Amino acid sequence: SRDRGLSESPRTMAALTQSLTFTGQRVVSRAAPTQKRASVTTKAALKHADELLETATKMTMPGKGILAMDESNATCGSRLEGVGVENIEENRRRYRELLITAPNLGEHIGGAILFEETLYQSCADGTSFVDALNAQGIYPGIKVDKGLRPLSNTSESWCQGLDDLADRAAAYYEQGARFCKWRSVVSIPDGPTRTAVTDCAYGLARYAAICQNAGLVPIVEPEILLDGTHGIDETMEVASWVWAETFKYLADNNVSYERMLLKPSMVGPGADCPVRNTPEEVADYTLRMLNSRVPPSTAGIMFLSGGLSELDSTLYLNAMNQSPNPWHVSFSYARALQNTVLKTWAGDDAKLVEAQGILVRRAKENGMAQLGKFVAGDVSDSESESTYQKNYVY
Amino acid sequence: NSESSRQALRELLFTTPGFEKRCAGVILYEETLFQTCVDGTPFVELLVSKNILPGIKVDKGVVAIPGCEDRGETTTAGLDGLEERCATYYQKGARFAKWRGVLTVGKNGKGPSERCLALNCDALANYAAICQKNGLVPIVEPEILTDGDHDIAVSQAVTTVVLQRVFESLNKAGVLLEGMVLKPNMVTSGVDCLKKADAATVAKLTVETLRRTVPPSVPGILFLSGGQTEDEATSHLNLMNKNSPLTNPWTLSFSYGRALQATVLKTWGGKSENVQAAQAALFERADANGKASLGEL
Repeated sequence: SRDRGLSESPRTMAALTQSLTFTGQRVVSRAAPTQKRASVTTKAALKHADELLETATKMTMPGKGILAMDESNATCGSRLEGVGVENIEENRRRYRELLITAPNLGEHIGGAILFEETLYQSCADGTSFVDALNAQGIYPGIKVDKGLRPLSNTSESWCQGLDDLADRAAAYYEQGARFCKWRSVVSIPDGPTRTAVTDCAYGLARYAAICQNAGLVPIVEPEILLDGTHGIDETMEVASWVWAETFKYLADNNVSYERMLLKPSMVGPGADCPVRNTPEEVADYTLRMLNSRVPPSTAGIMFLSGGLSELDSTLYLNAMNQSPNPWHVSFSYARALQNTVLKTWAGDDAKLVEAQGILVRRAKENGMAQLGKFVAGDVSDSESESTYQKNYVY
Repeated sequence: NSESSRQALRELLFTTPGFEKRCAGVILYEETLFQTCVDGTPFVELLVSKNILPGIKVDKGVVAIPGCEDRGETTTAGLDGLEERCATYYQKGARFAKWRGVLTVGKNGKGPSERCLALNCDALANYAAICQKNGLVPIVEPEILTDGDHDIAVSQAVTTVVLQRVFESLNKAGVLLEGMVLKPNMVTSGVDCLKKADAATVAKLTVETLRRTVPPSVPGILFLSGGQTEDEATSHLNLMNKNSPLTNPWTLSFSYGRALQATVLKTWGGKSENVQAAQAALFERADANGKASLGEL
């Protein structure tokens, strides 16, 4: 009772407690909670370790970057239709042949990411695209994710493609692919929620481990979408979170960083943010974020352009290479390399050579930006225009 | 072991001629932070006058982890009241701090238990955040002991996981990586290993492991010497800086206790007539390690 309290002498308390009889069910403590489990897992040696290292090294030589040309049939179709070209397999093949056979493209392009259909296609003269790329000194790469789906109970997406990925990766390796790509996204206006960030990071890590074991250098791409009114500080916070989560799971999955490439979005303001930033500010924020998250053993960082204009993509990359970085900092551009090329060709083979010339020039400009030596010359309207599409579905 | 002999030893160290050429900072125990030279000059004042930063150990030693006693695992105590102590130390003149977590390679080289890792990494991260808030640069020290007969591959695997988790916790706690220093063990064979790896391998695997785990924002990695001899500690550091084929984004240098003081102590033996000789020994070790941090030996 209340007036007894703690002043009761030990002898009285002992007598009191002795008078209590325990009548409940006895519970025995179970042994070995999971927290006692050891933290180090044994890792089998990577089968293609040397080749993976060679691929990663060659793709990240000074002045080199990646041509992303892995648009799905639907996406490629909407691009073609945008310039009045019918979305049929032959047109997709013709357009990809234009890109792949551009003379001396290999000088600044170390790898080309393909969509599955393209990996199995050939030039009009019968040369396989894989052989044509290898002849240019360009590694063939392959998109292996199966696209985004709505993430339940959120307004976000998650990326599919782990089921039977090991088998598919083996088949792609057999066909000649030597690197691969998986793109997951995170949206600031829609969250991002913990689930979305976790799934993004986890899926990328599992994909990377599976593909390295199949002999493909994985490009790890957690894109933070440009959509939104957020400012650069918010992007910084989200990017720091996303990359911390990504490396956490990459570590758990024993992924070899020397044989891995990253494909981040730059840290900049959202597309509809009223406050704009200079290339130097974007470079500063982006490098600060990467320096705080990316161990130096990582083979290379190949930025996505994600809606930036061709010119801005090159200017921002150039700003990031004004002093030495701990890793190769370069490009893996799709729209930022192809936008004007496609508009120039527009299905007309009389324009093929001109279009190829633009591609090679854009590749060289980005190669110069990788070396920190880009100087903007006369830039066409097309190259200055933003390639951003609101609510763009990849 | 009296306060006056501890004072005498520390005065010997801090008044070593030329000491400041190679030592940018000194980690002190609390008692020492408040001690003075025989002539009344506070140690802190003496150090600062030589451009040497005073640092302070702030942890309160290791304690057993409830439920993991059979594994002999510990966590480090000292977070309670740390905020207030940091403020006091800063006022006294300290500008950096140190907290040591102790881990083992575990049974069959499978590393510390998840519980041990979580507690140690979170303690380190919380300590680091509190220090930064109070103006002290935190030295983050996750020491993996060399006890055992494991080979160097085990040390590499365990060091990799430990460092990954340390940075995971630091990130979660929002620690500013540009404002901290890492004090890790080197990657070596176990003390009782029958086939010990040579110095070049120690250097190579240590740098390889750090390149896989330490983000470039961390300005410096200052190794602990553990149970290494003075010569081993210097030689390993030198090889890391000399042989590294890649430019490392962080400084690789030393934060040595025994590896700087072993010969000094033996030479001094507590006798004032030996002070000069002991000081010469300290300068010799400091100079050698300074050169080793530049790969110049």
